[in-house]
Amino acid sequence: MRFLRGTNAAALALVFGLLQPLGVFAADKKLSLTGSSTVAPLALEIAKRFEQNNAGVRIDVQTGGSGRGLADARSGVADLGLVSRALKAEESDLQSFTIALDGIAIILHETNPVRVLSKEQIIAIYTGQIQNWKAVGGKDQPITVVNKAEGRSTLELFAQFFGLKNSQIKAQVVIGDNQQGIKTVAGNPGSIGYVSIGAAEFEIDNGVPIQMLPMNGVKPSTASVRDGSFPLSRPLNLVRKGPLTGLARQFVDYAQNPLVHDLVKEQYFVPVQR
Amino acid sequence: MFRFNADQVLQFVSLALTLVTASLIGLVVAFVFVESLPVINADVAGFFDTSKAWFPLEGQRGLMPMVAGSLLCTLGAIALALPLGMASALFSQYYGHRGLVRPYRWLLGLLAGIPSVVYGFWGLTVLVPLIGRYQPPGASLLAGILILTLMILPTVALTAEAAFKAVPASYLQGAHALGMRKAAIAFKVLFPAARQGLIAGTVLAITRALGETMAVLMVTGNVVEMPGSVFDPVRTLTANIALEMAYATGEHRASLFFSGLVLTLLIVFMVSYVHRREYAKQ
Repeated sequence: MRFLRGTNAAALALVFGLLQPLGVFAADKKLSLTGSSTVAPLALEIAKRFEQNNAGVRIDVQTGGSGRGLADARSGVADLGLVSRALKAEESDLQSFTIALDGIAIILHETNPVRVLSKEQIIAIYTGQIQNWKAVGGKDQPITVVNKAEGRSTLELFAQFFGLKNSQIKAQVVIGDNQQGIKTVAGNPGSIGYVSIGAAEFEIDNGVPIQMLPMNGVKPSTASVRDGSFPLSRPLNLVRKGPLTGLARQFVDYAQNPLVHDLVKEQYFVPVQR
Repeated sequence: MFRFNADQVLQFVSLALTLVTASLIGLVVAFVFVESLPVINADVAGFFDTSKAWFPLEGQRGLMPMVAGSLLCTLGAIALALPLGMASALFSQYYGHRGLVRPYRWLLGLLAGIPSVVYGFWGLTVLVPLIGRYQPPGASLLAGILILTLMILPTVALTAEAAFKAVPASYLQGAHALGMRKAAIAFKVLFPAARQGLIAGTVLAITRALGETMAVLMVTGNVVEMPGSVFDPVRTLTANIALEMAYATGEHRASLFFSGLVLTLLIVFMVSYVHRREYAKQ
């Protein structure tokens, strides 16, 4: 075969030229956020809108869990940490700013006569000790346990609230997002699942045949999450070490502004009233 | 002054574009490999340990139930789609009335064009509750097989038809002249002559079934367990990545990249095996 050596070399150069990064535009001002994968999608959407309204600002959002958010905010690696829970007493060196609330509700099919389940009953159902609705006062019908895929924040909150590890949960169906969970429960009269309250409320208003169970006697709703009476909920926080100044201050103010409540609702979180 | 003739320009351009294509593929595989290195170094045997379950956040990373899930869904779908697809190709090529075959072909094209998430949605709202009425929860290996069958059926039918069309008319005319029946022509002349095309179509269908994600994810229940029957839920490798990637970090993320690598290798080995068996003879 006769190949022109020069041609090959030129082609290689072209390839590597194409594959090289095209160069990063240097931003005038930069803000970095790291932490909880629950808060990150919301923070990213808020950051996008913030960038649009403030030319020359670049906001970098990275995930790595609430633990990383705390560590990075402490060490100063990140300007703001993303933390999906309230700060503990030993974390009082940081200040937190709540940008939204997250609550989850246990859902059943609308035709299921069971109207209330205790914490112990839910644990027994999710660990496979109770496998028929008859045992908790329902019909003689096998229970289909719907669980979330590992890594989802709703699973984390659910498991933490009931003191379970994911490996203890015996599920018949594992789902990804809230929509899939609602469709699965709506399509199976014997199933039990848990989803974000915002998502469930929206679907019930649209006539989807599911019901939300009260928790410790409190009816799940965006209102009861907002006033803090619903137990299965948590705040989504931005945390900061040291004084809130400059661009970080602007961003926190913006994230708590009612102007971004539509973004909060899109993620099925509950906006905070100030 | 340099003067290039058209051949040199074409050679240069085609070579450059080939290199771009090749390096893109190479880069993707290399990236997946590098991203999964942390867990490969840590405990590669753990992935194939059937006694381990899949709880990547608790250090258990058994992949075998998901490899089985992917293979079972695909095998089941192929077993159903091959006879259906080939029969329909045979019918529309040799027996069917033209007025019937044309709308049927149009329908197949439509079937091939429907996005997979629509199949998944239909499966989740219709098929799964239907199966669930007989054998709860309904989200199961069977639902996955049926949805995949529907999705690869047009691939099988259309490629089989193309393969039948490519058989030289003189073969069939010769067979007719010998007084063979249509059935005998089909099995003794047509299928052997179209063999390569049929196999290529089957491989295409298998890779599509193995790679399918959204539709399968919505109907198979996604519990990581070796299924005991077709009514048990399964999770496929692709569904695993789609379900967990968005929120995975650290070793969990690396484990998911590794499951992608396993899937890629599975397909590469299968395709190269068929390739060697079928094309090396020539």
